Amino acid sequence: MMRLHGFRGGVHPPGQKHLSAERPIESLPLPPRLYIPLQQHAGAPALPVVTAGQRVAKGELIAREHGVTSAPLHAPSSGTVAAIGDFTAPHASGLPLPAIILDTDGEERWIESKPLPDPFSLSPEEVACQVGAAGIVGMGGANFPAAVKLSKARQAGVHTLVVNGAECEPYVTCDDRLMRERAEAIIDGTAIMLHALQAPRALIAIEDNKPEAIQIMRDACRQDARIEVLSLASRYPAGSAKQLIQSLSGLETPSGGRGTDTGLLVHNVGTVYSAHRALRYGQPLISRIVTVSGGAVAEPRNLEVPLGALVADLLNYCGGIAREDCARLLMGGPMMGQPLPGIEVPVIKGTNGILALTAAEAGEAHPSSPCIRCGRCVEVCPMGLLPLEMSKRAHHEDWLGVQSLGLSDCMSCGSCAYACPSHIPLPQYFAFARGKLAEQRREERKSTHIRALMEQRQARFERQARAKAEAAAKRKAAKKSRAVMVEEDDE
Amino acid sequence: MIAAITTLTSLGLLLGMLLSLAARFFQVPDNALREELLELLPGVNCGQCGYPGCGGAADALIAGTASPALCPPGGRVLAQSLASKLGRTLGDAGDGPPLLAEIDESRCIGCAHCGKRCPTDAIVGASKQIHFVFQEACMGCGLCIEVCPTECLQLRPQTPTFATWYWPKPVLQGV
Repeated sequence: MMRLHGFRGGVHPPGQKHLSAERPIESLPLPPRLYIPLQQHAGAPALPVVTAGQRVAKGELIAREHGVTSAPLHAPSSGTVAAIGDFTAPHASGLPLPAIILDTDGEERWIESKPLPDPFSLSPEEVACQVGAAGIVGMGGANFPAAVKLSKARQAGVHTLVVNGAECEPYVTCDDRLMRERAEAIIDGTAIMLHALQAPRALIAIEDNKPEAIQIMRDACRQDARIEVLSLASRYPAGSAKQLIQSLSGLETPSGGRGTDTGLLVHNVGTVYSAHRALRYGQPLISRIVTVSGGAVAEPRNLEVPLGALVADLLNYCGGIAREDCARLLMGGPMMGQPLPGIEVPVIKGTNGILALTAAEAGEAHPSSPCIRCGRCVEVCPMGLLPLEMSKRAHHEDWLGVQSLGLSDCMSCGSCAYACPSHIPLPQYFAFARGKLAEQRREERKSTHIRALMEQRQARFERQARAKAEAAAKRKAAKKSRAVMVEEDDE
Repeated sequence: MIAAITTLTSLGLLLGMLLSLAARFFQVPDNALREELLELLPGVNCGQCGYPGCGGAADALIAGTASPALCPPGGRVLAQSLASKLGRTLGDAGDGPPLLAEIDESRCIGCAHCGKRCPTDAIVGASKQIHFVFQEACMGCGLCIEVCPTECLQLRPQTPTFATWYWPKPVLQGV
């Protein structure tokens, strides 16, 4: 058994996993209409390859990747493309994103598939390529294209694959259920990823509040000596990639560096499971498991949902929400989740939970009061930052100060806000500061761009004036020579 | 007679030479700060600051009669760099989203005057067709507004998109 190293800080929020942990995964009845945003991943939005009115089969490519860090999209069910247009994004801003709107026909007609080769007979590159072509992105919420991560990690010489089943966010149980019910598939996906990485070892890390999942996974991986299941002490954010790497190896990811710099690569269990589906059955990422939970939900459940289904469809299937009780609607967990602008937003690849929390659960009974400098946020910050100082500088808009205190190392885990006795929304300050700094960078880029445009325009005018002058000179010369000829003729 | 002409001519030549040498060797360089400010300013001489062009604005900034936030097209970024160059504080001036030109498509007659006037080629459109402003290239100088015969151009605050939206500052009594 491996010795664990642990990580700095962290908090112990009430798990609340009992609400949904014993509910087996159920399939959501197919909604009549699916809304698939073109941007569900880190990087550039996908480019649609279908047109309105076109019939598509389940699993057919509907948008291809654009650029290196991007992911394609596939039809979650068979049907007709109703339109390609803007639809509200599952994001706190409530702003629209372009989306493919698909009317399902209920036939669930799969695209014809060719017989698949054994994944282990393929080269590591080809495996990564197929993972990319299946549109698989990090399903723990980071949404980073998995293929890019795999090939970069292989080039960096990663020696250990970490399969992240920690699921440290309260309420969320989708990974727990996936591990309990589909353990063999996850182990097979792990073996496929090990082949893609050419790495000798895999660790499956699970928090000890999921003893059933740990036992089932241990039983499932008994045949494969390369894979080991580890039980982590439950403490938020044990499932964050950097903290997980530190717990397992004792190595700290350098500031501004990547996890792979330490020789370990972290993939969520959902991502590994999707890789298994793609390589064994040729099925792209078109559905995912979502936990619907929270005190305002009538019957919390774990659902297998086609991507693009509306949050409203999920909530209706779970008996609806008590409107007067629901103080906050979140996509993701209560610590890092996005507040949703409404229930008419689609489920995307990174959606692990839909939570409808009551006022008591959301902690809205406590208004924020001034900072008393108790230092609790400093104690719990897993990155070793000074949240109280950073928020003060963000409040006074001292951008250099915020940056020098390590804003870029903050991962918005929310531990500081959870620990704060004054209930100050610290992560919101950091999000505000990050947005402001990004805006400044954008404006600087724009002003250089505009300067270049003005210079080009100036150059164009000069070129035109020169061309005009030359043409005039030529005309004059021609006239002169004509005049001379006329004179000669006269003579 | 000849002597007088010779004397005066040589005197003139000599003094002229002396003057031109003096102009060359005792030349006072142009105000270096002015050059630096002109480098920062957009240089389109739109006149929105109320001074005759960017040169006039630079002079006013050096004299201290103008605020560093005088240039609407430059926005917050320019105001900040001007303030730090001049060693002055900015205060709250120049805040808010930048104003950008927008075309009311129902009133555009496609006269193509605005596109010719735009210093950054941000407006496109063939004649007798509806024109369009590229927000990425517009700096909100407002020159196009003056030439529009139907007043269909307006400066509007830039609306946030999915890529540019960010969380607002928390409203609290104090941190």
